[in-house]
Amino acid sequence: MTKSSGTILDTAQQRPPRGESRDETGTGWETVIGLEIHAQLATRSKIFSGASTAYGAAPNTQACLVDLGYPGVLPVLNAEAVRMAVRFGLAIGARIARQSVFARKNYFYPDLPKGYQISQYELPIVAQGSIDIVLEDGSIKRIGVTRAHLEEDAGKSLHEGLPGLTGIDLNRAGTPLIEIVSEPQLRSARDAVAYMKKVHTLVRYLEICDGNMQEGSFRCDANVSVRRAGSDKLGTRTEIKNVNSFRYVEKAIQYEAARQIELLESGGKVVQETRLYDPDKGETRSMRSKEEANDYRYFPDPDLLPVELDEQYIESVRAGLPELPDAKAARFVSQYGLPAYDAGVLTASRELADYYEAVARAVPGEPKLAANWVMGDLAAALNKEGLDIDSGRMPAERLAGLLVRIADQTISGKIAKEVFEAMWSSGESADTLIDTKGLRQITDTSAIEQAIEAVMAKNPAQLAEYRAGKDKLFGFFVGQVMKATQGKANPAQLNELLKKKLPG
Amino acid sequence: MIHRHTLAQLAAELRARKVSSVELARAYLERIQASQPLLNAFISITGEQALAAASAADAALARGEGGPLTGVPIGHKDLFCTEGVRTTCGSRMLENFVSPYDATVVARLRAAGAVMLGKLNMDEFAMGSSNETSYFGPVRNPWNTDLVPGGSSGGSAAAVAARLLPGATATDTGGSIRQPAALCGITGIKPTYGRVSRYGMIAFASSLDQGGVVSASAEDAALMLREMAGFDPRDSTSVDTPVPDYVAGLNAPLEGLKIGLLKEFFDSGLDPDNERCIREALAVFTRLGAKVREVSLPNISLSVPAYYVVAPAECSSNLARFDGVRFGHRCKEPRDLTDLYKRSRSEGFGAEVKRRIMTGTYVLSAGYYDAYYLKAQRVRQLIAADFQRAFAEVDVLMGPATPSAAFAIGAKTADPITMYLNDIYTISANLAGVPAMSVPCGFTQGLPVGLQIIGPHFAEQRLLHAAHRYQLETDWHLRVPERFA
Repeated sequence: MTKSSGTILDTAQQRPPRGESRDETGTGWETVIGLEIHAQLATRSKIFSGASTAYGAAPNTQACLVDLGYPGVLPVLNAEAVRMAVRFGLAIGARIARQSVFARKNYFYPDLPKGYQISQYELPIVAQGSIDIVLEDGSIKRIGVTRAHLEEDAGKSLHEGLPGLTGIDLNRAGTPLIEIVSEPQLRSARDAVAYMKKVHTLVRYLEICDGNMQEGSFRCDANVSVRRAGSDKLGTRTEIKNVNSFRYVEKAIQYEAARQIELLESGGKVVQETRLYDPDKGETRSMRSKEEANDYRYFPDPDLLPVELDEQYIESVRAGLPELPDAKAARFVSQYGLPAYDAGVLTASRELADYYEAVARAVPGEPKLAANWVMGDLAAALNKEGLDIDSGRMPAERLAGLLVRIADQTISGKIAKEVFEAMWSSGESADTLIDTKGLRQITDTSAIEQAIEAVMAKNPAQLAEYRAGKDKLFGFFVGQVMKATQGKANPAQLNELLKKKLPG
Repeated sequence: MIHRHTLAQLAAELRARKVSSVELARAYLERIQASQPLLNAFISITGEQALAAASAADAALARGEGGPLTGVPIGHKDLFCTEGVRTTCGSRMLENFVSPYDATVVARLRAAGAVMLGKLNMDEFAMGSSNETSYFGPVRNPWNTDLVPGGSSGGSAAAVAARLLPGATATDTGGSIRQPAALCGITGIKPTYGRVSRYGMIAFASSLDQGGVVSASAEDAALMLREMAGFDPRDSTSVDTPVPDYVAGLNAPLEGLKIGLLKEFFDSGLDPDNERCIREALAVFTRLGAKVREVSLPNISLSVPAYYVVAPAECSSNLARFDGVRFGHRCKEPRDLTDLYKRSRSEGFGAEVKRRIMTGTYVLSAGYYDAYYLKAQRVRQLIAADFQRAFAEVDVLMGPATPSAAFAIGAKTADPITMYLNDIYTISANLAGVPAMSVPCGFTQGLPVGLQIIGPHFAEQRLLHAAHRYQLETDWHLRVPERFA
């Protein structure tokens, strides 16, 4: 798989503004960020039990005795979770551990039924991979992935509607997660968002995570520190816990970096601690300091055997990998001649890429036209209604039906926008709308000539002025003919004929 | 005197319909009730359920149906979860805990037709060597009720020794089957780690715990173990290898069996009377055609310290789930979450359990993990390698199961180290995961002595065979304390 190109920008996003320096704050400080992303694996059952992982059930209806940590029960590893972790590892060019070990992370909390979380500690299943991101200046940066390990999620504490009490919902307990830990190689909030989006894209390509951030299927902890630009010593870091949107990650890191800089500049010290981001106030605040942190007393879980993977298994997983975003973007550049930027946008999700390819295939020879429409009018219309590309609101064939009519000059690009809007609101095909509205472009030379002659006859004064050298009036004549033909005259032909006729 | 029959005899008599399961259940329940004030072997006696199960067994037998143990009364150590019957683990923490499911061992024995008469007393969470740490009071040794029966499966061992049951389940983490079997004069087998499912067996130390059997004879143990053993998809550490028919081949000659006499076990700590019994037993094996030679396991002296790091470490984590939140003891009117945890656990656990939780928490702590836990794991590998080398030369290892016979209740409770040293000969088999038995081999001052037989992984059949042939030559295993004769 190639890692040569690719961007992570989605269709809703424009190119990032230029001129933003790496030290976002512009104060001679550099921000150093490492992300720990938790992606919920899309298995049907939990990582160590047979209970369902479906979201949104009534509290504690999807927690079996294993999830509840009942006396005597034992965990049994879900093979599908292992396969998904290996898919991820292979997709980022990582080392897949031939032997990985589950460990117990011990701490007391009411939503942690066993009093320990089963995770991986010393021997994770995936180690040493990398992910390429596109920086603000368009250059590509390779971000190291230290490790990715399997673990179980905890349950949830509920406070709403329970004054003075805490409710515990263990439906989520035992849900499989892969925790993806980056090297501290991200240098700005934007880098961090770009990296997080790239991981988000990847896990959805791999079909190992639904990426639903609202439901908590994809969330991250950010380790943030600052240092004087040019220094190679890391500053004291803080960890911002459980941020579940790209925007919040960006804002939380920006806030936290600025807070640390202000603290250091005023002679203070950064305290190593865990902080929470409050999206309402747009600030981070202290949750617990390092001193209050738990000693998790990790040790290998004696209830589970080491996970042993052989070459044959790993190769069989590799054989099942889909085309990945970077490779797909490279192909879009070479196969469709798209600019790298377009290729990056169109491969941000598998669904979008598939949609684009369906359109491009149905409008032969016009891949750029297809890209422009998918990224432009279609994306705008979808965003306006908050719809996804695969919502079915505008099937690829229907959009292609419109583009074919542009390509064969039945309608002009300008008319096409009008048709598109009509298609969007009526659900009709382009051809139906073109016919019923009589929008077919006039390409008959004699018809256009007739219209031109009529306009010339109606506007003798302007004609005289034009002929006296007032070239600017050319546009006036174009407009008049278009008006007369209700915009249907083929613009190229019209130009050509006017140039011929007006001089007399 | 039906209670003097072995489990194997009872199973045959039931099948031949010479006796009914209900009759048996009634007879044994009567003995259990009568002995309870004296021995305290049971935590729960489930007479009603037992009689219902017994009459169902009789009906099945009448139809010519039923499994190998149909109608046979048994008891379960009270850490095997039993659906609808409370499972206390000998602790106040689980005083009122009723499991919503059956342990695999319980389900398998039920499927084989066995009838449960009750749940057996034990050291709290299986932590102890004298059955004195039980929240439900100590169990007394049927041979002398001033003495301990051993632990932690003290209830199981005492019940079988007093013939309150022909057989019972038990568990062994560091000797908890073999030590009480030896002290009570009965047969006990701890199978290979992974041979019997741990699902539903409340964990003490997961990498050491193994379910097994106590019974009068090796043949009885073979009968029960055959039903209990086998792969369980719900226990990832259970091993997927076929279970041999432990009963078949028990009578084969012992000719040529290579016995290693475990040199390090005959140390200054071994009571001379016990040693005499062991050496006499070895003479019997020699007569049967076995070859005895001395074998050394040089690292075995490290067993006790390694064990008292690994077992508490695992227990400190395993017992974290008893937090007063979902099940088990909860303190009254907790002020806040920390108070709920602290008081529920302080009130729910006894002193020995707390001691081990604290030891385990300490050895796993940052800065101590390498020095204790990792080092103990390395010692464990050394001990396992010692066994492997020994079993390259001999078929089984033999030696004492305990340093001495049963001791007085209260004699060792003040000094935990003295108590821990009671398991000095049994712990190594758990650390190496190998199967081991204790077989009655004589008496010292009226108290039984146990011979320990250790084999390589999955050699249960070999152990049972040797023990059975020995029991055909001796009658130690058939002796019953006068009071319960």
